[in-house]
Amino acid sequence: MFEPRIVAFCCHYCAYSAADLAGSMRLQYAPNIRVVEMPCSGTIDARVILAAFEDGADGVYVAGCLEGDCHFLKGNFRAKKRVHYVKKLLDDIGLGGERLEFYNLSAAMGTRFAEIANEMTERIRNLGPSPLRAKEVAGA
Amino acid sequence: MIVAEQKPFAEIAGFVADCNKILVAGCLGCVAVCLAGGEKETEILAAALRMHRRLQGKPLETVTYTATRQCDPEYVDAMADLVKDVDAVVSLACGVGVQYLAERYRDKWVVPALNTRFVGGSVAQGVWEERCGLCGECILHKTGGICPIIRCSKSLLNGPCGGSQYGKCEISKDVPCAWQLIYDRMKALGKLEWLLEYQPPKDWSKSRDGGPRKAVREDATI
Repeated sequence: MFEPRIVAFCCHYCAYSAADLAGSMRLQYAPNIRVVEMPCSGTIDARVILAAFEDGADGVYVAGCLEGDCHFLKGNFRAKKRVHYVKKLLDDIGLGGERLEFYNLSAAMGTRFAEIANEMTERIRNLGPSPLRAKEVAGA
Repeated sequence: MIVAEQKPFAEIAGFVADCNKILVAGCLGCVAVCLAGGEKETEILAAALRMHRRLQGKPLETVTYTATRQCDPEYVDAMADLVKDVDAVVSLACGVGVQYLAERYRDKWVVPALNTRFVGGSVAQGVWEERCGLCGECILHKTGGICPIIRCSKSLLNGPCGGSQYGKCEISKDVPCAWQLIYDRMKALGKLEWLLEYQPPKDWSKSRDGGPRKAVREDATI
């Protein structure tokens, strides 16, 4: 079975802490995600998302705080807009914007963190490997 | 500043469809400020083009460089080493920068990545508006610092016209009537009498009449 490679950019104040909580709760979730801690989801940059895809990610998601709960007030709204912009760009490139997603959650939502990891893994598994590394996966 | 917007991605990709190596050249001037062609946008476009071409099975090599300004020969000259072994240069500068690159590197295929839109400024983060019509003879002292040439849809010098309603222009409810703005400002400044002076037809010979314009400052030439 195809095991997707997914990069999860997680805000320090919510998703990253939720990942800690998921661990403390001994929750099982897909081992396909690689977590990158960020000071705020609002620091996400289109270049970083594109670099992840170019270097072999099958999917990427950015997880920020619940709306209205951003530690820096509007970082999550800004991140969401940027993710939307990059989704459109991925469509233009031919990779498909559905390989990128934005999620909102809080530090108390360990279960939701695990759900998101599973949900995204399932989505990317259904989409198949990134067309940029399809040959590599087929040859493996 | 000059405000520009990136062309549709497919159009840019089409310009370099048969190239194997390109220089993606940004500009740190106006287009960097309006988030169309600075260092960041240059890197994003280069990455997008590379991935697009890998998906087509025709990998593209990109070199990126962001010039201080593409509208000054000295900064264009500095790109010579990068330009020499590429098949094409994609310029993220305004139309001026693209032409400077094309003039300096005559044997290279130089293509624009942006559509140059207007001369304006930012009104909010990520929002830009036109403010100057480049008419060549400024009349802002007569109009309270509000330009009727570009902000009045008819470029009237003795406005407003009958299409001004409730402070808006008849072309759109989102466009303020420039002459309403001028009247309000002159009134607030206590200078309404300036508006009583009839403005004769503008001398457009200082604008686009007579081909491309040129400015020379003798004391600055060497």
